[in-house]
Amino acid sequence: MSMFRREGDRYVATFAVDEVRVLRKVASEVVGLLTDGFDHGDPVVGRLFPEVYPDDAAGSAEFRRYTEGDLKTGKIDQAGAILAGLPDGEAGGEVRLDAEAAEAWLRALNDARLAMGVRLEIKDGTDLGEELDDAVAEDPTSSRVFQLSVYAYLGYLQESLLNALID
Amino acid sequence: MGGMAAPQVAPVETPDTEEVPVSDRPWVTIVWDDPVNLMTYVTWVFQKLFGYSREKAEQLMLDVHHKGKAVVSSGARERMEHDASQLHAYGLWATVDRS
Repeated sequence: MSMFRREGDRYVATFAVDEVRVLRKVASEVVGLLTDGFDHGDPVVGRLFPEVYPDDAAGSAEFRRYTEGDLKTGKIDQAGAILAGLPDGEAGGEVRLDAEAAEAWLRALNDARLAMGVRLEIKDGTDLGEELDDAVAEDPTSSRVFQLSVYAYLGYLQESLLNALID
Repeated sequence: MGGMAAPQVAPVETPDTEEVPVSDRPWVTIVWDDPVNLMTYVTWVFQKLFGYSREKAEQLMLDVHHKGKAVVSSGARERMEHDASQLHAYGLWATVDRS
């Protein structure tokens, strides 16, 4: 697994081809969720665009009318920053981000983790290691095993980028 | 030249840091605990968006984590809505309420 490190004013990580593939996939899925697949009934959309007034549906709708477009565009752009920062084609390679791109990556990695967290039903006391062991015991080739591994990986990557930023 | 008075250096009045009257800050932005956001990330977002010190941001993050929620800003309704939408951009679960 790769970690981000700081080199002058750049944040740098070297990714294996599998990591590039996974990152491209999750960023594309976030973009898909925010464009063609956008559905207010989807709990992931509910989490990424929370009701701002939990007890006031009209107030929340009003807020949404004014803010949702920008929020959506921002989230698409930050997922796009991941896609733009990755090495081209089917190869691993180095990712070098300036501070602005690094922050976009942080937010986009967070969005991807939020989306996966909803789908995987991650709860407050969820122990990822245990979840993964259980899923492997049930079926090591299942999509849940893959999704849990990706979710754990994204958290690790986000933390390493954050540490490089605040270092 | 005798007419010029030396500038009077009056002791600086430091206004009491009184609480703003409730009527002037009737709205608050609340951040809720969620199982996904990393603690370090939440702290960083509070520093970034509100300019809070590391200590204050960390305390707020711990309040969110342990108490389930924390008030992160207060003021006019429009400003709270702005804060909430910023927090949403960072993926935090924020709502607005009367204080």
